[in-house]
Amino acid sequence: MFTETEIGKRNRWSENGMKIFFLVMTILMIVPLLLIIGYLFYRALPVLSFEFLFTNPKDNMRSGGLWAPFLGTIYLVVVSLLVSAPIGVFAAVYLNEYARENWFTRIVNLAVVNLAGVPSIVHALFGVGAFVLFAGLGESVLAASLTLAIMTLPVIIASTKEALNAVPMSFREACWNLGATRWQTIRRIVLPNSISGILTGVILQVSRAAGETAPIMFTGAVFYKAIAEGDVFAYNVLDQCMALSLHLFTISTQVPDVAEGIPYGTAIVLVGTVLLVNAAAIVLRVYLRTRKRW
Amino acid sequence: MKQNVKTKIEISDLKVHYGNKPALNGISFDVYENEILGIIGPAQSGKTTLLKVINRTLEFTADATVEGSVKLDGVDVSTIGDVYGLRRKIGMVLPLPVGLPLSIYDNVAFAPRTAGLRNKAELDEIVERCLQQAALWDEVKDRLNALGTKLSGGQQQRLTIARALSHQPEILCLDEFSIAVDPITTMRIEEVLKMLSTEAKMTIMLVTNLVQQAKRLANRTAFFLNGNLIEIDTTDVIFSENPANQITYDYVNGNFG
Ligand SMILES: Nc1ncnc2c1ncn2[C@@H]1O[C@H](COP(=O)(O)OP(=O)(O)OP(=O)(O)O)[C@@H](O)[C@H]1O
Ligand SMILES: [Mg+2]
Repeated sequence: MFTETEIGKRNRWSENGMKIFFLVMTILMIVPLLLIIGYLFYRALPVLSFEFLFTNPKDNMRSGGLWAPFLGTIYLVVVSLLVSAPIGVFAAVYLNEYARENWFTRIVNLAVVNLAGVPSIVHALFGVGAFVLFAGLGESVLAASLTLAIMTLPVIIASTKEALNAVPMSFREACWNLGATRWQTIRRIVLPNSISGILTGVILQVSRAAGETAPIMFTGAVFYKAIAEGDVFAYNVLDQCMALSLHLFTISTQVPDVAEGIPYGTAIVLVGTVLLVNAAAIVLRVYLRTRKRW
Repeated sequence: MKQNVKTKIEISDLKVHYGNKPALNGISFDVYENEILGIIGPAQSGKTTLLKVINRTLEFTADATVEGSVKLDGVDVSTIGDVYGLRRKIGMVLPLPVGLPLSIYDNVAFAPRTAGLRNKAELDEIVERCLQQAALWDEVKDRLNALGTKLSGGQQQRLTIARALSHQPEILCLDEFSIAVDPITTMRIEEVLKMLSTEAKMTIMLVTNLVQQAKRLANRTAFFLNGNLIEIDTTDVIFSENPANQITYDYVNGNFG
C-alpha cells in the first residue's frame, strides 16, 4: 500500500495553496477592469446610439455626438501606422536577419529598447520640434501622426524582432545550405512563418496610438472642429483634427455643464474601439496559429 | 585502393578560428572523386567546421576566420563569386532532421526554384527522382502536399537528403545524419548512400560518430582530434590492428580517454 509521507503531504498542501493564491491574484486583477467597463457602460447608456457616433459635437460640446473626434482618431491611427508599420517591420528584418553583431547594431538595439520606454510627453515635444516647426508641417494630422509613429516605432521593431526570432535558426541554415540567398530565405520561410506575430504586434500599437493624448495635443489635435457628418474624407491631413482622447479630456475638465452621459459615452467609444482592435488581433492570432506549420 | 584517382577537393593547411579559439589547426588532405570518405573523431574535433568551410556557410558565423585553402576541382572556393552556385554543387545534410515548413513537394523543389527553375514538369521529375533516391517516395507519394514538418524524424531526415540531392550536387556531405534516426532508417539511408556512390558516382563525405558506420561505408577514413587530422588512410588500415597512430586504434576500438 502507498502511504503518504510527511514531505509528500506538505508538498501537496503548498501546491494547492500556491494555486489558489495565484488564482486569487488573477481575480483581483480582473475585477477592477470589469467594474470600470461595467460602470462606464452603465453611465453611458442614456447617450449611446447610432446617432451619437455619427453627429458632430454641438452647443460647445454640451450635446451632440462624436463624429469629428471619432474620425480624427481613425485618421491619426491609420496615417501613423502607414508610416511606422513598414519602417518598423523592415528595420526589424534588417536587425534580425542581416545585421552582424557589432557596435552599431548593439547601439541600435539598445536605442530600440530604451525608446520603447520613453514617456509619450517626450515624444510630443520631439514632434513639436521636428514635425510642426522644423519640417514646417504646422499643427496637422500629418505632424500628429508622425509623432505617434515615432512613439510606436520602437515597440513595433521589438515585437517584430521577437516574431522573427521565433522562427528556428535551423530553417535558415537548411535554406542557406541549399544555395538560397538571405532574401530568398526570408521571403519563402521566415516571413510567412512570422507574419501572425508581426501583425499582432502592429495591431496592438493601434490601440496605443488611439489612446494617447499627449503626443497629439500640441502637434495636430484641436479642441473643436466641425466636419461634414458621414463623410469619411472630411479631414485634410495637412489640417488639424479632433481626437477621441483629447475630446474626452476637454469635455471632462474644460467644459462646464456637459450632459452627464457624454463623457462616459466618449470613454466607452474609445475603450470599445481599442478593445475591438485588440480582439481582432487575438482572432487573427488564433486563426494563424491553427495553421502553424511546425 | 584504386590507382589513378582524381582529386575532387584539395584541402591545404586549413586553419579556422572562432574568435581566437582554434577549431582547425592547419589540416591538409585530398578528397578523391567518387569515394566515400568517412570522417570520425570525438566531439569538438572540428568535423562540422570543416564541412562549413567547404560550402562556405561558415561565413554566417560572424567571428570565424579561415586561413589556408580549400580547392574544389582545382578552384579555391574562397575566390568563387557565385557562392550560391558553389553551395548547390554540395549537398549538405545536418545532424538534426529539418523539414522546412513547406509541403513535401515544395521542400524538394525549394533549391531548384531558388536557382530559377520554374518548369512544372521538370520540377515534378526532380521531386520524384530525389524522393526515390532518398528512399522516401513510396511513403509520401500520395501526400506530396502534406507538410514536411509533420513527417516523423526518420522521414524528415530522408526528406533532408532528398532536398540535398535536388540541386544535383557533385559532392554530398553528411554530418552525423543518424543522430536522430532509428537503426532501421539508418540502414536504409546507408543503402541509399552506397547506391549514390556506385550508380550516381557521387563524392561523399560522411562525418559520423558511429565508427562502425565509417567501417561499413567508407573507402577511406580520416580521424580528427581537437582540430588536428591525426591520420587518413583506407578504411581497412584505419580499422586494422595497426593504423599509423596508437590513438587511432584506441579511438576506433572504443578504449579512448
Ligand atoms: N559557432 C561557433 N562559435 C564558436 N565556437 C564554435 C562554433 N562552432 C564550433 N565552435 C568550436 O569549434 C570547435 C570545433 O567544433 P565543431 O562543431 O567543428 O566540432 P565537431 O567535430 O563537429 O563536434 P561534434 O562531434 O560535437 O559535432 C569546438 O571547440 C567548438 O566549441
Ligand atoms: Mg559536429
